[in-house]
Amino acid sequence: MDKKRYERPVIIKQYSGLMNKFGSSPVTKPMTEIDGIPIRRMVDEYGSPLFVFSEKKIRENYRKMYRLFKTRYPKVQFSWSYKTNYMNAVCSVFHQEGALAEVVSGYEYDRARRLGVEGRNIIFNGPDKNTASLERAIKESAKIHIDHFDELFEIIELTEKMNADVDVAIRVNMDTGIYPKWDRFGFNYENGEAMDAIKRIIKNPRLHLTGLHTHIGTYIMSADPYRVAASKLVNLANEIYKQYNIVLDYIDMGGGIPSNNTLKGQYLQAEQILPSLEDFADAITSPMFDLEMPHDELPTLYLENGRSLIDDAGYLISSVIANKRLSDGKRAVIIDAGVNYLFTSHWFNHKIVPGQQSGEFTENSAVYGPLCMNIDCLRENIVIPSFKKGDLVVILYVGAYSVTQWMQFITLRPNVIMVMEDGETELIRENENIEYINSLEKVPEILKNFSL
Amino acid sequence: MSNYIVSSNLAISDSGFLFYPATGESFTLNQIGIFILNKLREGKDENAVIQSLVDEYDVDKNTAERDFTDFIYQLKQNNLVQES
Amino acid sequence: MKVAVTGLNNIDSPGPGVPVIRALKDSPDFKGDIIGLIYDSLEPGAYMKDVSKMNYLIPYPSNGLDALYERLESINEKENIDVIIPTLDSELYSFAKISKKLESIGIKTFLPTIDQLNYRAKDKLFEFCTKHDIKVPKNILATSIQDLYSIQSEFNYPVVVKGIFYDAYIVNNFDEAVTYYNKLSAKWGVPIIIQEYIKGDEYNVAALGDGKGNAVGAVPMKKLYITDKGKGWAGITINDPVLIEKSNKIISVLKWQSGTELEFVKEKGTNEYYLLEINPRFPAWVFLAVAAGQNLPYALFKLALGEEVEPFQSYSIGKIFIRYSWDLITDLKMFEEITVKGEINHG
Repeated sequence: MDKKRYERPVIIKQYSGLMNKFGSSPVTKPMTEIDGIPIRRMVDEYGSPLFVFSEKKIRENYRKMYRLFKTRYPKVQFSWSYKTNYMNAVCSVFHQEGALAEVVSGYEYDRARRLGVEGRNIIFNGPDKNTASLERAIKESAKIHIDHFDELFEIIELTEKMNADVDVAIRVNMDTGIYPKWDRFGFNYENGEAMDAIKRIIKNPRLHLTGLHTHIGTYIMSADPYRVAASKLVNLANEIYKQYNIVLDYIDMGGGIPSNNTLKGQYLQAEQILPSLEDFADAITSPMFDLEMPHDELPTLYLENGRSLIDDAGYLISSVIANKRLSDGKRAVIIDAGVNYLFTSHWFNHKIVPGQQSGEFTENSAVYGPLCMNIDCLRENIVIPSFKKGDLVVILYVGAYSVTQWMQFITLRPNVIMVMEDGETELIRENENIEYINSLEKVPEILKNFSL
Repeated sequence: MSNYIVSSNLAISDSGFLFYPATGESFTLNQIGIFILNKLREGKDENAVIQSLVDEYDVDKNTAERDFTDFIYQLKQNNLVQES
Repeated sequence: MKVAVTGLNNIDSPGPGVPVIRALKDSPDFKGDIIGLIYDSLEPGAYMKDVSKMNYLIPYPSNGLDALYERLESINEKENIDVIIPTLDSELYSFAKISKKLESIGIKTFLPTIDQLNYRAKDKLFEFCTKHDIKVPKNILATSIQDLYSIQSEFNYPVVVKGIFYDAYIVNNFDEAVTYYNKLSAKWGVPIIIQEYIKGDEYNVAALGDGKGNAVGAVPMKKLYITDKGKGWAGITINDPVLIEKSNKIISVLKWQSGTELEFVKEKGTNEYYLLEINPRFPAWVFLAVAAGQNLPYALFKLALGEEVEPFQSYSIGKIFIRYSWDLITDLKMFEEITVKGEINHG
């Protein structure tokens, strides 16, 4: 006799004003494959948890964003924000698409160089560029974006000592009407500090001012601040052109465009309230037409997009370890990926979807990671269906800042794979093992022996 | 093996709507939920209910037992059953 | 013709859905069926037999766009909806974002753009209004308790603490501000709006903008009775050309598209009007405008269909609405239908 299909028994109390079954069921739409590859197969092959990047999605995102800007302004150059995700394979996809490397430390600079990016294709940002890395950047003709006066003076000293010329830009901070105001990076626009720095650079024969740079913040939720920022940089560029007859090579508008990942404390989903990418592109490009130099000499528009290009191209597949009832009756699901892999879950409510077909009944639940720590909570409240031990879930929007900020706290970091455009899967970072971690540690001789 | 007493006068419709007249609360259940609750109302004990789940549905005994335990816990939380 | 309307929560702080439906049905030219879209199984409008023919539960805005669209798509397969009129603040972003997709399956809407929605919600409103000679109370947007410290330097207490979608409280000191900041941010998220408190009488205007800068109509009302929740429980249409002029101007500079409720306060002493809020939908008292001669919801319905609409030239002054409550009696069966099937059919 054929047996009837089984699902977990469920009883849900009806409260008025709370989620209804029809309200919540579409949320549970499962994600059983990524780019056509079943996630179960990936886990069988590479283990769980597993980070997955989609080559196809990265390229699509890049091309879409590039097209949006290129159709609005004639000269556009992207540079890939290394800190967002500097996994070599990921950076390589962006470099194949034509992005320069945007780095913010000597370490990131080194990563870009080892990957084969030439110095002249590296934008060197950030407040901490140590002497050795500045020397190297000058020698290799990187684009150095100066952050503060101490750095400017060090570069002047180094160019004298090295008898070298260098192309530089300055980072400008400004009031764009948003909070918090990012005034800790670069030179201030309103108080004239930026113009002071520009004058000093122009006066020095070894330094060549080739660009202006700003980066107004991160996860900026409206397009208007970009319009303000772009017009302020355009004003500066016009001033430089009029006073010194210098035409800049580029104006770098930085990054900060949000992904559809929803911040904690937000009632509506990000996708509902964020402006479209078109709006951001309009806001950034329209002030560029106030540039006063001849049209065939217009500066190139640089952008350092990170999050908006990679966040939705990264997935974290995880397995259910256990189900629990908390003391108040609320359900809790424990999965094998925790906050040690998802630092971003401290400020984002990552979407978590089932990895297989599941029953239509859903229940408000907490999702915990496997760490023996109270902080290891991925979602305090999420309406999800019931799971069996070993079921898979997929955590979405984990492409940005996850695999750069993760750590091997309590557990070691797992495999990272990329689903290639041709439908193959490639291991792009092997899971760590105890030998790898221990190889860096040293135990003083005197501590080596103990008996218990 | 545990026996459970289901609160009296529960109105359960085939669609899975449960009304508890004593408190005015209402609930929805899925088909397995209705199945278990009806078995309990018939006076079946834990073992018998689990056995009938295994007989009629595509489920192994361990899973059925685990889910039954969780389900009973929720019924108890809502005062719909008592252990006898 | 089938028109779907949301906001049937005719409770003590009522959604505008039922009055909007009443307005549509009040027009002799309206021939069609009404479909109620509800978020909660106990929304009173869904149980009123002469309000809507069919009612469907739809997912809460916080469930995301896909969930909403998929549900509407499946309802549309059964109902073939011509126009959807959303009436709740918190859902407008979602509907505005999916309006093109809805259009592609034959459902028309007449909604503000995302930019217009953002304009009215943010501190930009202050800058924007002063530029156009419209007085507004000073605002700050607080995204953390830290931001509340700037109240002292910017305003004098009392100040008004407002949620991004609903709810407003007058607070007299920092501690109260923190209390309501926490309360509002837990419910509606951040930012929280901190607004200068202007003493005076409140006036409200129900209006409709055609999206090209014209006001199709505008009816001003003075609240006669206000509940402890700050809701008007009775009101009267008044004759004030200044108020109409200000409303027309706001609609014109914003190129407002859709219904709106503009809230003003007339400052005691100076008699100056301050704009408090631009609500991006009709008020729950919109039927007063209909009774006064301006059927704004029906005009919106025609605009949604792409038809020409003649602006209203006048309205009757001294029309009064008095809200009342009524206990509708129904059976468990109805509640079961909506809970289990997500539908109530009054056929």
